[in-house]
Amino acid sequence: MTAGFLVLSAFLASAVEMVEALTIVLASGVARGWRSSLTGVGAAVVVLAAVVAALGPALTVIPIDALRLVVGSLLLVFGLQWLRKAILRASGHKALHDEDAIFATELADARSAARRERAGVDWYGFVLSFKGVLLEGLEVVFIVLTFGSTQGSIPLATLGAGVAVVLVAGIGVAVRAPLARVPENTMKFAVGVMLTTFGIFWATEGVGGHWPGSDASLPVVLVFVIAASAALVALLRRRAVPVAA
Amino acid sequence: MKKSIVAFGRFWWDFVVGDDWLAAVGVAIAIGATAALAAGGIAAWWLLPLAVVLVLYVSLRRAIAA
Repeated sequence: MTAGFLVLSAFLASAVEMVEALTIVLASGVARGWRSSLTGVGAAVVVLAAVVAALGPALTVIPIDALRLVVGSLLLVFGLQWLRKAILRASGHKALHDEDAIFATELADARSAARRERAGVDWYGFVLSFKGVLLEGLEVVFIVLTFGSTQGSIPLATLGAGVAVVLVAGIGVAVRAPLARVPENTMKFAVGVMLTTFGIFWATEGVGGHWPGSDASLPVVLVFVIAASAALVALLRRRAVPVAA
Repeated sequence: MKKSIVAFGRFWWDFVVGDDWLAAVGVAIAIGATAALAAGGIAAWWLLPLAVVLVLYVSLRRAIAA
């Protein structure tokens, strides 16, 4: 059960971040040339791989209770950010994430920027892709490392993330357009719920608390977080004024 | 050098804590209270889920008010 949650969480988080990174890379490639854009992607992937290689083994030597407390606390704070934004979007207090609109803005910015070449690569296109993939990728790395290390299975979390990366990149190459039809807002809601659920579960265990039924209570916490989030959406929706995208 | 360290720290603060530091403080207090209950031999599992919903509600109200 927990392994399933682990893979699903890593997959969903990676998929939504990859969709956002893809939009930036596409805008960079279309406006500034694919060589610069893909060089930026490659450089960011190397940096992300270095972060995983450096931090992954280090996390596995931390005692499990201390790890659960640190990871649980971080996931809880981090997850509440996701959940807060998702609830604000779902209740109409924040504009929904729109990949088409973001793509149009990024494209206009990229086309208007001056061209400066370094080593045969357009610098703006390189930096745009590099930053996009690195920043979106760091969230994935954070989730994969924290989930994976606490469950003692970084490879399983990496598998979930890897499948999402391959899937989104494959679809992106095939359609060569922003993936605006991916239910990104719903997926972000799901990731926020999962991060918060695991954060509550591990932080409680990390400080010496015991769950009734041990791991079996994880789905109960999940249902509780979903129900509470849905109630908050319903409560806030009553007071919402429509927000333009 | 100092500028880089500050920028590095600010990046991680924004990355993990985001734009509502009060939510992070609320979570820290709730975890501390859970630890205190657990150390006293009292069942503590119920506290964090309830506290998180309360923190989330307050954080949402702050975001809407802002």
